Amino acid sequence: MLRVDKSLHRSLGLTDEEANVINEILGRQANPLELAMYSVMWSEHCSYKSSRLHLKRLPTEAPWVLVGPGENAGVVDVGDEIAVAIRIESHNHPSAIEPYQGAATGVGGILRDIFTMGARPIALMDPLRFGPLDDPRSQWIAEGVVSGVSGYGNAVGVPTVGGETVFDSTYKENPLVNVLCLGILPTDRLVLGQASGIGNLAVLLGNSTGRDGIGGVSVLASAGFSEEDDSAKRPSVQVGDPYEEKRLIEACLALLDEKLVIGIQDLGGAGLTCATSETASRGGVGMDVDISAIPCRELGMEPYEIMTSESQERMLAIVEPKNLKRVLEISNQWEVQASVIGKVTNGDSLRILSEAEGEVLADIPASSLHDDAPLYDRPKKKPELHQGLSGDELNPPVNVTNDLLNLLCDPSWVYKQYDHQLFLNTVVGPGDDATVLRLKHPVNGKETGRGLAITTDGNHRWCLVNPKIGTAMIVAEAVLNLACVGARPLAVVNCLNFGNPEHPEVMWQLSEAIDGMSDACVSFGVPVIGGNVSLYNESEGNNIAPTPVIGMLGLIDDLENRPPGAQMAEGDRLLLIGPETSGLGGSLWAANHGAIYGELPELDLEMHLKVAETIRTLVGTKLIRGVHDLSEGGLGVALAEMAAKSSVGVSIARTPNHQALFGEGPSRAVVAVDPESLTDVLTLCEERGVPVVRLGLATGNQFKIKDMMDVSLSDLKAAFINKLPNTFGVGTSNQ
Amino acid sequence: MDVAEAVSSLGASSKLLWHGDENIHGVDSIVIPGGFAHGDYLRPGAIARFSPVMKAVTQFALEGGPVVGICNGFQVLTEAGLLPGALQKNRGLKFVCEPATLRVETTESILTNKAAVGGNLHIPINHFEGNYTCNKETLKELQEENRIVLRYVNNPNGSIDDIAGVCNKNRNVVGLMPHPERACNELLGSTDGQVLFQSLLAA
Repeated sequence: MLRVDKSLHRSLGLTDEEANVINEILGRQANPLELAMYSVMWSEHCSYKSSRLHLKRLPTEAPWVLVGPGENAGVVDVGDEIAVAIRIESHNHPSAIEPYQGAATGVGGILRDIFTMGARPIALMDPLRFGPLDDPRSQWIAEGVVSGVSGYGNAVGVPTVGGETVFDSTYKENPLVNVLCLGILPTDRLVLGQASGIGNLAVLLGNSTGRDGIGGVSVLASAGFSEEDDSAKRPSVQVGDPYEEKRLIEACLALLDEKLVIGIQDLGGAGLTCATSETASRGGVGMDVDISAIPCRELGMEPYEIMTSESQERMLAIVEPKNLKRVLEISNQWEVQASVIGKVTNGDSLRILSEAEGEVLADIPASSLHDDAPLYDRPKKKPELHQGLSGDELNPPVNVTNDLLNLLCDPSWVYKQYDHQLFLNTVVGPGDDATVLRLKHPVNGKETGRGLAITTDGNHRWCLVNPKIGTAMIVAEAVLNLACVGARPLAVVNCLNFGNPEHPEVMWQLSEAIDGMSDACVSFGVPVIGGNVSLYNESEGNNIAPTPVIGMLGLIDDLENRPPGAQMAEGDRLLLIGPETSGLGGSLWAANHGAIYGELPELDLEMHLKVAETIRTLVGTKLIRGVHDLSEGGLGVALAEMAAKSSVGVSIARTPNHQALFGEGPSRAVVAVDPESLTDVLTLCEERGVPVVRLGLATGNQFKIKDMMDVSLSDLKAAFINKLPNTFGVGTSNQ
Repeated sequence: MDVAEAVSSLGASSKLLWHGDENIHGVDSIVIPGGFAHGDYLRPGAIARFSPVMKAVTQFALEGGPVVGICNGFQVLTEAGLLPGALQKNRGLKFVCEPATLRVETTESILTNKAAVGGNLHIPINHFEGNYTCNKETLKELQEENRIVLRYVNNPNGSIDDIAGVCNKNRNVVGLMPHPERACNELLGSTDGQVLFQSLLAA
């Protein structure tokens, strides 16, 4: 038995068993630098050691998939010699500690994942989840996170075109900050993060390496929060510099355009350790790294600090010696620092040297940092039957009007702080069912006449009630959101935000959610091309409600006109398209009344596809004036949002009870139809075998539901628009 | 790049000038676009105004050449002293990206010679430091000399006298915070920016 220095490996987050395995791999006792390198690479964040086993069950293939999970981003072919790279990631833990920088560097990191693939980042989305709106600390986190996304995203020059904003007590102390980025590239520019060619050079581009973000992935993102030690984690949060990133993007894309690099990899979680070992092991080669050649921000940095620092805005490029001169010229033009820090070697060893040909400080089989990372089949256990109230057991509302107004929340306070129009692509921006971007060729700017659509969706209430069906419902909702802008789905990326995997209930939730996602994606024929798992989202021993978030990319084959959006006009007929469903389990209304358990409404995947296809056809044929899918808050919220956005009241005849108003059954959308098109729309639904109900009409200045409510449009709009400004301050005087 | 696309959609050609270049390569008019030059570090436009290319731009402007600064470009022009006043943080102390309605106040400028006085234009804004300010004397001068080119119909950022854009005494240098290049395509929601670029191309 090899001796293990218990205090060191444990303080680095490695278990005794993991430390023993490391010593067995090396055939000797690992030194402190080596232990530090293993600790970051074998962290939950980098190794997916608790989730890898389950992620294998997701469908990942389709003829249009060019790159699936495992690379820096997924890539799909969208025709016209254009490919789309997409990825979603979490920056939950850093944002809980330091909201502005946590969110800002989340944006920076996801951008690098995209341009690493040779793609120009053209859009960001940010699904955000915070604690309750009336909690001052959650307000502080929310303001900081939104400012961080705004500050970094706007300055780096990539528009933030959508996302989500959710407030719920489950995220108190542990907010979820997920960031998605989408980029486009000419299909022939696709590059992978791998090294090859013995003697080729490893060139570090961008920022100097500092003491920020040391051990971010292992210290921060792979453990929960507790009361006493959180401020001590602040040095583990990185600091962002968007102007450096902007120049780095341009320099890297220029290098790729001239085909000057063999492989390129961004430095994110686990910093240089990850970038050097991943490029080497993917290419089946070794690498010598000269630690003295790495530009450092301060004197006296220890090798372990340099190798695990998560300083931002850095990239590692593998370059043939004959191209080095040109690489340095391009870097110089963009004022990006470039240094040769190592070279590709024969064999499998990642060696860290004190100087070129100097003392060997670490010598590790590069692939062991990835391939030999622990893989855990952690115990799973279905939670005990929930003792809490079901939404269906609640009494009917005392004041249904107030209940509805309380559910409304216009997120524009958030997205007005984001540049969402740069690059002149944004046809439908944030705030609608899905975002629509013009699809132009990334190099020659040629228009294709087609569009990309993108949506992010998550719903922790559904997933708490039933993680499997709840996750399938999220995928279904994304498909319907895309249909509402006329798009068909192409690919999914996921961000799985869960609690502590060492709790069997959490592992059960994760496993169920993956099964639900898999079922739905298989049914809809949509591959999962990448993702991120964020575990240990807990605070003081309480796990967050399971929160899988997905980003779904879609394609609009003919983008001649702007999609209708949630509009309606005086005299329009309002129809509810989709199956009748019942039940308040997992609904927002029930949660607001303290009932978070129960049963989810039924999801019929086949019917869902029919509904989505019908809606997509209706949008494409311009038979409808407006459309809005039913989601949080059900029919009531969908109608109220349509009324608020188009400044027209409604008169609804048929709504039997509050279940029908607030239930969140899937596969449904409201459409507004000009009376002249009504017959055509009804006929089309009948032909497709899709149920349709006539709700009433759009008219006047009152929001009226027969025998249930009658509220003025101005009160309704005020409730919708003012919720966030009343909490955070207006931000703009143009309300 | 966005401005180049908008201009080319009107049938004109454009070229990009590099900030380190000391030459403007014989162009007919110059647009300094928006976009966080030098990260807006220190203060928007405060570093960019020392870019080598700004010497040539200043020379061009003093010789009567048409120069437009959009958003960050407006900030650069005020920092460079080619336009009066300054842009400070928005009244709400937040970045604001939203549609704005502008009123054309004069057609006597290189950016509005083809527009109609009193006409409303729907053009988005996108800035943190767009709150135009100047001293009383300057404001009086701008008003009396009819140099306020565009005003906000609903002031979104606290700008003095609702100012969205101003010009210099010679009326050949115009700065505005809104982004006309974002309003040149029906698919993107508005084509009201076209008339401004058409004016510039005719200047």
